[in-house]
Amino acid sequence: MSGLQTDNLTVGYGSPLVKEISLRVRPGRVLTLIGPNGCGKSTILKSVTRQLKTLGGSIFLGGQAMETMKEAEIARKLAMVMTEHIRPELMTCRDIVATGRYPYTGRLGILTEADWQKVEEAIAFVHAEDVAAQDFNKVSDGQRQRIMLARAICQETEILVLDEPTSYLDIRYKLDILSGIRRLAREKNVAVIMSLHELDLAQQVSDLIACVEDGGIVIDTPEKIFSGNRVQKLYGVADAAFDPLLGVPCMLDAEDRKQTDAEKDTKGGSAPEVFVISGGGTGISVYRKLQREGISFAAGILSENDLEYRIAEALAVKVVAQKAFYPISEQQLTEAKKWIDACAGCICLLDTFGPLNEACRELQSYAEQCGKLRQVEEVVIEG
Amino acid sequence: MKAGRKRYILSFLLIFILLGLVIWWNICSGSISLTGEQIRQILLGDQENGTAYNIIWEIRLPRILAALLLGGALSVSGFLLQTFFGNPIAGPYVLGISSGAKLVVAITMIAFLRKGITLSSWGMVAAAFLGSLLAMGFVLLVSVRVHDMSMLVVCGIMIGYICSAITDFCVTFADDSNIVNLHNWSLGSFSGMTWQSVRLMTVLVLLGVCVSFLLAKPISAYQMGEAYARNMGVRIGLLRVLLILLSSILSACVTAFAGPISFVGIAVPHLVKTLTKTAKPLLLIPGCFLGGAVITLFCDGIARTVFAPTEISISSVTAVLLVPVVLVMMLKKRRGSL
Repeated sequence: MSGLQTDNLTVGYGSPLVKEISLRVRPGRVLTLIGPNGCGKSTILKSVTRQLKTLGGSIFLGGQAMETMKEAEIARKLAMVMTEHIRPELMTCRDIVATGRYPYTGRLGILTEADWQKVEEAIAFVHAEDVAAQDFNKVSDGQRQRIMLARAICQETEILVLDEPTSYLDIRYKLDILSGIRRLAREKNVAVIMSLHELDLAQQVSDLIACVEDGGIVIDTPEKIFSGNRVQKLYGVADAAFDPLLGVPCMLDAEDRKQTDAEKDTKGGSAPEVFVISGGGTGISVYRKLQREGISFAAGILSENDLEYRIAEALAVKVVAQKAFYPISEQQLTEAKKWIDACAGCICLLDTFGPLNEACRELQSYAEQCGKLRQVEEVVIEG
Repeated sequence: MKAGRKRYILSFLLIFILLGLVIWWNICSGSISLTGEQIRQILLGDQENGTAYNIIWEIRLPRILAALLLGGALSVSGFLLQTFFGNPIAGPYVLGISSGAKLVVAITMIAFLRKGITLSSWGMVAAAFLGSLLAMGFVLLVSVRVHDMSMLVVCGIMIGYICSAITDFCVTFADDSNIVNLHNWSLGSFSGMTWQSVRLMTVLVLLGVCVSFLLAKPISAYQMGEAYARNMGVRIGLLRVLLILLSSILSACVTAFAGPISFVGIAVPHLVKTLTKTAKPLLLIPGCFLGGAVITLFCDGIARTVFAPTEISISSVTAVLLVPVVLVMMLKKRRGSL
């Protein structure tokens, strides 16, 4: 039995924070811990890396109980990258990577030619050749994180622990680091356990997701975790505040955040100010603009499998929609017209119409007849 | 590492040359001037000129060896403390460890003198070691609570002041003619070194420095921070205890034999780092030892000669020469260019 396993592990600072953690990460697999700030993700990782004493249960590295292993043995089994920045003195990036070879060097810690070879390989693995000779404190956060990853790779362990490896990084480095981790799992058969705040990325990079909540832990595949309102409940946000399918968070107004979907249905009666005719994703940016300005709106007529349907559903007072793969019916057209009647203005974002949204063209001319058709700029002032 | 190798060799070469020069200068200079040829003859064992022979062999050489060993010990102790606290301005003097040693040595000395016993070298070292550990204990208590670098140093300086105050108090009320000695010692001086003391300090200092050198590997891991060091397989608890004991014993040796000497412990590791452009313990421990020897010999030479025949205290010289170094270092740190 290789990889990392915990058995009824309880962790916390003095008092138990997360209890009965039984997880297993096989070699070549990535397990990601998600959960709100302070839920205990870092506490679990700190316990696994022995920065914190465990409060119960056991941790197994490659099938061996960690408490029975010597320090040097553990160092060859488990490597880590922590969130906190280190500020080493007068060390080049290459020197930092070289510290990963520590468990393999002799009494005085002098690296052999073969060790240096491994250092260079690790640097090449994370594509950091260009900064290898530079002072570690003088390179960017992203480069530094690459170097810390290379350092862990150099340690040649079968388990890698990373605490929020993408914090403080721009999107380019986030993707770079995570794809590096993925490659590491695949090519070197490393068992990876990490914590992430970026749910969309967690969904893509992980084989298993562990939700840390209410003092316990729930582990499942990303497909299962990111469905329904599992994630929204984990973070205590309104169902509409996160789209689990796309992994996109959605900013709602303060009071809306507390509002449940049931309340929203009853509130549905309050009149929108604008009706947006759109489809195919053209409406997303306009919905966001209206939401930022606090202008309530209705949208239609969307097919339920439309790219923007979920976002419209989350932000609009009312969405006139048709079931997926069905043409728009007369009934929905009438309903949409009623909403236009109720609104002070109407925006049409469509410029192409086809057999399935012919009704939208009709809505557009209806709005024009009513004298309500406006440009986006007339409704929302730019800048 | 590879790129720096040439620089390391050149740096060590430079330190050795400087060491040779200051040793020669210290042998030559003094109240009685001797020619180079005379000194060469005396060192080779020519006893023709008895007075000169004695001056060289009984006064200057033990003093030179003492300054060399103790200066080295002080710098290594400083380096270990800086690593331990992750603080570039830590050192046995600013953290109050030297003053703690001084206090216990003074109390022990006075207590023994009352009973008419002169404290042996061993006794002095033991008392100093105890004092160092006590002061270190206080600093550690503080460091658990405050993680701020400057606060730690401020606390150390205050501990130093309290210890000095109590020492002065004890000295004032000690009613012995030896008080002059005690007073001289408490200012810091290498004068009056005997071969017996030199033998003892050689054993202790070389032992301390060698053990530190053998710990170079875990110390290098410790420089990456505790979490990473543990992940690299270092037994943190043991290493911390060893660092405390080693730095205390090294600075205790200095205080016992020469009294408290300021700023060598902070400035030398920094100077050696600047010279070698590395912080690797494997190079810095021997580098600090040799560098500390050079600086201390140089300062002692100045202390002896500048107002000859009056000798000034070694700490006055080290303070004047090394405080600017420390200040420049702190300013550079602030600018983040280090």
